[in-house]
Parts: sequence; structure tokens; C-alpha cells
Amino acid sequence: MDKRELIAKRIAKELKDGDVVNLGIGMPTMVANYIPEDVHVMLEAENGIMGVGPNASQEEESLNCIDAGGNYVTTVKGASYFDSAFSFSLIRGGHVDVTVLGALEVDEEGNVANWMIPGKKVPGMGGAMDLVVGAKKVILAMEHVSKNGAPKILRRCRLPLTATKVAKTIVTDMAVIDVVPNKGLVLKEIAPGFTLEDVQNQTEAHLIVSPNLKVMEV
Amino acid sequence: MKSKLLSAKEAVEKVKDGDAIMVGGFLAGGHPEHLVNALLETNSAKDLTVISNDTGTKDLSIFQLVKSGRVKRIFASYIGSNPETGRLMMSGEAEVKLFPQGTLAEKIRSGGAGLGGVLTPVGLGTIVEEGKEKLEIQGKEYLLEMPLKANVAFIKADKADEAGNLIIRGSSRNFNIVMATAADYVIAEVNEIVPIGEIEPNHVNVPGVLVNAIVKVG
Repeated sequence: MDKRELIAKRIAKELKDGDVVNLGIGMPTMVANYIPEDVHVMLEAENGIMGVGPNASQEEESLNCIDAGGNYVTTVKGASYFDSAFSFSLIRGGHVDVTVLGALEVDEEGNVANWMIPGKKVPGMGGAMDLVVGAKKVILAMEHVSKNGAPKILRRCRLPLTATKVAKTIVTDMAVIDVVPNKGLVLKEIAPGFTLEDVQNQTEAHLIVSPNLKVMEV
Repeated sequence: MKSKLLSAKEAVEKVKDGDAIMVGGFLAGGHPEHLVNALLETNSAKDLTVISNDTGTKDLSIFQLVKSGRVKRIFASYIGSNPETGRLMMSGEAEVKLFPQGTLAEKIRSGGAGLGGVLTPVGLGTIVEEGKEKLEIQGKEYLLEMPLKANVAFIKADKADEAGNLIIRGSSRNFNIVMATAADYVIAEVNEIVPIGEIEPNHVNVPGVLVNAIVKVG
């Protein structure tokens, strides 16, 4: 299975019936494809939609119905629209249950860096800072190491932060890790084909192995 | 009552050297394409400050505005879709200030709502807090974000009546509603104009009292 597909499928299992969920651009958006049929969630787009549906067909395309990535989308039954100020009231106000975002780095305290690389890439934070601070649960969807093999799960983030102490669950192509406040990173699941040693070798942070450690199932 | 119906050229004459202009829209959704075009083609005002969520994408007129050399300051949340904004920031040709998207919306809302700013937890512990006052309220820390106002706002709506009451559809509401409260002179670009009384009051997204000029396109 493709790494990104594995990550998206595993995250889909974290969602509960009735959750309000905001999916970030890229891999997080793929999560929507794998939500179990008996789990009904409302997908929120921070540009002003509650109840984002599948991508629009060519005939359905409208600039009045785009998601936060600028894609033409549809809405589900029971959807609603609102403006940006209201949307971020929902987000900061704790009315979003889960947000799924990509990350460049995460660390033992749950600090997240996902919006800039100084001197290289400064696209702006968009809604990411509000989402990780405001959502009840922050799930990070990330490949375990960078393109050149460097660990992304660190003792301390080195890049400028998006927010402090916000990550709850980290899902990678190698593992599922929970961030436990005042304790650290608890390794809960290992993807098929990897050993505990493999995972620790690719992780700069110290991993606390859960007594219930199991194989990642998707 | 003086008619609010103007040509794009007449409406954008309001913009003077050194003005701050708000431009509604989220990427291509709800972007007042024709008003920005008119500003480029019929008005030579320079040293402008542009306040926009994302400064658009390459195929929008706001991209050309950013590129025109007439913009000295940009306030935005996400600029990854407009590489020209990033280039101006890196080269120092323009001052680019980035804010979390919800913070940008609230700065504009507080500007338009007569508030002295807003207190948000978003940005704490990141470079966003640099130079900003922090306050502790009921045991929690917040950043003080100051209100934002403009001389002129360009917004986009689907339908207006002759009094300027606006209907903005779907996800195009985004920053268009809040910006209508925060500028001295508000210009609405609309697809359709109907006589006063034709819009059901329940359907109005922006009350006409906020709108100074209506420009019909298409």
C-alpha cells in the first residue's frame, strides 16, 4: 500500500460518528475517502462550509462552493455556509472535534511546526494556527521521515512553531504515536513490516512503548 | 437618495495614494476581479496597503496588482498561492505581514465593530507573538491583536438591490462580509442588480447601509 494511503486510512479510523472534522490540504484531505460507512462526520472547510461533500463534477463546479484548497466541491445534506469570522469562531471556540494536518516537525511536548522554513518557504500559516489551538483533537498526518531520510519526530522542534503543546496523535507510515502531556510520546502501533527498533531508529524523540503495543491495522 | 450604481472606473476613483484597501475573497472564490482590474487600468494610486486573506492566485487581477509595484504593504494569512507576494517579502520590496487566518478575520471584525482589538490564544509561543502585548484573563494567556481598518474595501456579491443590500452565495462569503464593516468606502462588485424591495430581508448577508457603491459586471 502507498504510504499516504496507509496514513489516510489509519486516520479515518480515529473519527467518531457525529464528529465535526477539518481536514488540511494534501494527505489529510485523502482521509475523507476512507471514513467507514457507519461513521457520519461533518467536514468543515475553514473558508466557510460545514458539510463538505465529494469533489464537484464539471457541471457542478462553482466558485461559490470551494474548499480551503480552492477545489470545487459539493455539499452534503444538512450543510451550511458562513463567513470567515464565523468560521474561525467555530474553530477557536472548540466546536471542531478533530483537525487533521500535515507537519514538518513534531516533538515530545506536542509542539508542531508546519508553516514555514526560514529563508526558503514562507507560504503563511493560513488557518493552521487557529485549527491546532482550537480543535479538540489534533491529529498529524505525516511521513515518518523527511524526503532525505531525516527524522521529523524530534526531541524539540527546530523550525518556527505553529503552536505549542497541541498534537494529540501522530500517524505516520511506520507508527501511531500518542502525545501524553507531562509524559511524552507513547508508541501505540507499528505498521506491518517494521520492528520497534526500526521505528526508534527513525525517530529522534524518545518513544515510550505502550504496554498494549500492536500492529497497525487499516 | 443619490444612486449607488457606478461604473468600476468611477467607483475605484476613491482610492488615493497611500490608501489601505481591503480585497475580499478566498483564492478565486468571492474575489472582486473587475474592481481590482479597474484599479490597475484606470487609477494610478500608489504606496497602497493591501489587506487580503491570500492575495489570490496567478490568474487573478490581484496577482497583477501585487506585481504592479504600487503596493508597499500587504496584510495576509496565506500567500503560498501568489508567488509574487512571497518574492516581494523576500526581497523587501514590500512589507508583508502574515497573521493566522482567524486572527486576520478578527482584526478586521474588531476594526469594523468599534472594538479596541481582540484577545486570542492563537499565535502564543510562536513568532506571531513577537512585539505584541500578552494579557492574562481568568488564568489564561492571550495575545492582544489590534483592530484593522481600511480606506476602501472591494467586495464581491452575487446580487444587490439598489440600496446596496447584498446576497453573497456559498463559500464566497468568506472575508467579504466582515470587510464591509471595516472600510470608510465600500464598493461591491455584483452579478445582478434588482430594485429596492426585491430582496427578501431574511436573505440579506450585508445590509445596504454599509455599501457605498455598487458595480455591476457581466
